[in-house]
This record gives sequence, structure tokens and C-alpha cells, in this order.
Amino acid sequence: MDTRHKILVLDDDADWLSLCRDQMATLPSHPEILTANNAKRALALLETEKVRLLISDLKMPRIDGLQMIAIVRRRFPATRTVVLSGLEDEEYRSRAYALGVDLFWLKSEMQRNTKLFSECVESLLGQSDREHDTGFRGLQSKSLMDIIQMECLSRSSTVLRITRGPLVAKLWIQDGELADAECEGARGEAAFRRLLAWRTGTFENLPAELNRERTVTKSLNALLLESAQNIDETANPGTEPESLESDLHRKTMWKLAQLTREGAEFVVAMPLEGGEPEALGTQNVEALAKWTKCAADTARKLGERLEAGPLSHVAAQSTERHSIMLVRGDRAFLVGWPAEAVENMVDKSRKLVASWES
Amino acid sequence: MGILKKIFGSKASVQQLPAGTVTVDRHGQIITSTVSSTFPQTLLQDIGRDVLELFREARLGQIPLAEVSLHFGSLRITARELRGGAIIFLFPKTALSNTPIPVRS
Repeated sequence: MDTRHKILVLDDDADWLSLCRDQMATLPSHPEILTANNAKRALALLETEKVRLLISDLKMPRIDGLQMIAIVRRRFPATRTVVLSGLEDEEYRSRAYALGVDLFWLKSEMQRNTKLFSECVESLLGQSDREHDTGFRGLQSKSLMDIIQMECLSRSSTVLRITRGPLVAKLWIQDGELADAECEGARGEAAFRRLLAWRTGTFENLPAELNRERTVTKSLNALLLESAQNIDETANPGTEPESLESDLHRKTMWKLAQLTREGAEFVVAMPLEGGEPEALGTQNVEALAKWTKCAADTARKLGERLEAGPLSHVAAQSTERHSIMLVRGDRAFLVGWPAEAVENMVDKSRKLVASWES
Repeated sequence: MGILKKIFGSKASVQQLPAGTVTVDRHGQIITSTVSSTFPQTLLQDIGRDVLELFREARLGQIPLAEVSLHFGSLRITARELRGGAIIFLFPKTALSNTPIPVRS
């Protein structure tokens, strides 16, 4: 079975296509090179072949390169993308990166620096084919509990910084014991319990802070045991109405605390595919949810038509307040802020929404 | 146009991002525009119509807005309400541009 990577080169210039094919054929991994002179043909190849990397021109008839990249990012997210263009305007570089391409090269640069270009492409091929790699590769299959236990078992002193999207948490470990924790505005054992509910994220080890005040008194094993029990109970909630009600109450109180802490007025969450909105801090739920949905739909359609890249957020302003609309997963969120300007409203809204979702 | 396209084929191009200012009346008709004439007018009208729709929906929901900004990866559209119409600012983002959220004091 042929296990070579497949590279698809898309360009409407036949000479350039041929040049590219020859260049790619010299790569050390000897990939299989497919070519297409229009987007339609390229899409057909992507449907039928397992293409690792697409190298696309920008200026093409009918479907241009940016449109092509947008389609590939949506329909074939595992495929790596490289733009190779003759257009020297910096705007195109920004737009391509905004669409999520892995690499943007000018054709003139590529001709001057073929070796470097080949190395970049080879590196991208390696990144996209993790299943065939051998050796040890990070801690992808380990949970946060495992990572913390490993740190504590080695009796080390360190600060673990854990990041999940815009949320950041920290754990202070001293001589293998958990000394302090900070997560989503909480501190100590409450922060640790909150942190263990995170399912994904990245972590890094920072230098130990031995003078950090100790706020966690329980042993790590006791805390892990309690947390595991809590997670089990959340996954299999009791059937008694009282238990469900108290769980709901606890979640609502937590969200309300987050809202107050950040200084926001309200949050409205509206499912994009329709459904009941969820809101805190406002009585005008129906109208706000309707506008949120309208803004999310309008922005999505406009972004696609203009090829302006993914939506970051929509900011709305009235005499009474500022509002930030964000889309996260399958819901659109509207976060209301007081009219007296709040700094970093967008970042704070992102944190609030991420915390709301967790 | 269809016949000409068949004879000469379609020209290779990349759609530009609009840059400039547009004013639209309450019906979405463009009154003034400083956006390049090479940018499709239909798309400019679409922007105007969509922005007015956002203001209209907000008014219907009793949450009247003075300004709306749509921030995309490579474009920012800022619109201010003008007696039913709107003035729309279109700012393409480049790697060197810094486009903070306008904050009114």
C-alpha cells in the first residue's frame, strides 16, 4: 500500500503547475503530487483522494484562491493549506492567514528560496501525519489529574499554568504538595475543583514560587478523590427532583458570580439552530436573543460573501450600554456592559463566555 | 455578457475587500460612496441592507443602537445610525494595521 503523502497543487498557469510539481517531487519524503488547473477539479480530487497538503494560487478564474481556502477549511479541516501567490499586496497575506492557511509565500520568494520553501512544506507534511509518527509525543492522552499526579509523585516544586482558550488557571506545587490554586476567579480548593472539570487545554511548567501563601490544606489524594466523585455525580445526576434542582441552582449561582465579578450587566446565550435562549441579568430575554441570532446570521452571511475571514465579534453601542456578540460552538452569546466604557470588553466577554460554557 | 464570457472565458482575479465610507438611506439605497468603483455595487448594497437590518431589529426589540461594528479576520465594518439610514465605514485589516474597538468617552 502506498503510504506516501499526497500534495495537491492548484494553479491556473500550466507552466507554474509543472514547475511546482518538479519542485515538490524533490522533497525528502517523496510525496505523490496531484495537480489541478481550476478549483472545481481540485475539489473533486480532494473528495476522492486523501490529500495532506494543498498548495493554491490566489488569482484564478471563477473560484479564486481565497474562496477555495475557505471551502477547504470548512470541508476538509485536516488538510494543510499553503498559498503560493504572485500578488504582493500585504492585504492578501492578512486575508489568507485570517482564513486559517498554514503558510503564505510569494512566488518570487519561493523561486529565490526554493530550499527554505521545500523545508517548510516538508515540515507541514510531518505535522499533519501524526498517526504514522513513532516515539513519544507529549501528554495528549493524559488527563489533568494524571499530569498533576505526575508532578506530585516526583516531589517537585513548580507552578503549572493551564490554559483553555481565553481561560488561564495556575497550580502552585511545593515539594509534591498542592499549595495553592487559582481558576476563573476562585482560589484554593474551590479553584482546584473548578479546574478539574476542564476537559481540554494546554499546560506549561513555570519556575516554582516557594513563598506562595498556602491555601490548600487537604492532601492531593483527598482532593482528587472528592473531585472524581463530583464528576461522577455530574455525569450521572440523581433522579430526585431536589438533587437536580440544587445542581441547577449551583450552576446558576456560579454563572451569576462570574457575571458580577467581571462587571457585566447580562449574558444571553442563543442556540444558532433555534431553541430556547438562556439568560442571566436581564428581563428582556426574548428581544435580546432575537437580535443576537439576527446579528450572528447576518455576520456569517456577510463574512462569506465578502471573503473577509472568520467573524471575531460584533460590538454594538447605545446610549445605555455596550454589547459584545460572540459565537462559540453552536451558540451565539450577547454580553452587555455598562455604558461607562469598560476596558478590554472583548477579552472579558470571551472569558465570560468560555467560563459560561464550561 | 454570458456569450462574451463563453468566447473570452472569465478573467482570473481575486475579490478585493472594500475600503472607504458609504452612506445609505432608510431603504438601503447608496447615497454616497468613497469605495472603489471596481468593487461590486451589489455587494456594497448588501452591506448597507444587512447593517440597516441590524439597526431595525434592535429598534423592534426596544434596544435601539447608535453604532454597530462587525469585526472579521480581515475587515472591520463600523456603522452609525443616521435617522433611519446609516453611515458605514469599511476598514480592511492588514498585518500592519491596528484596529481597536472605538470606545466613546
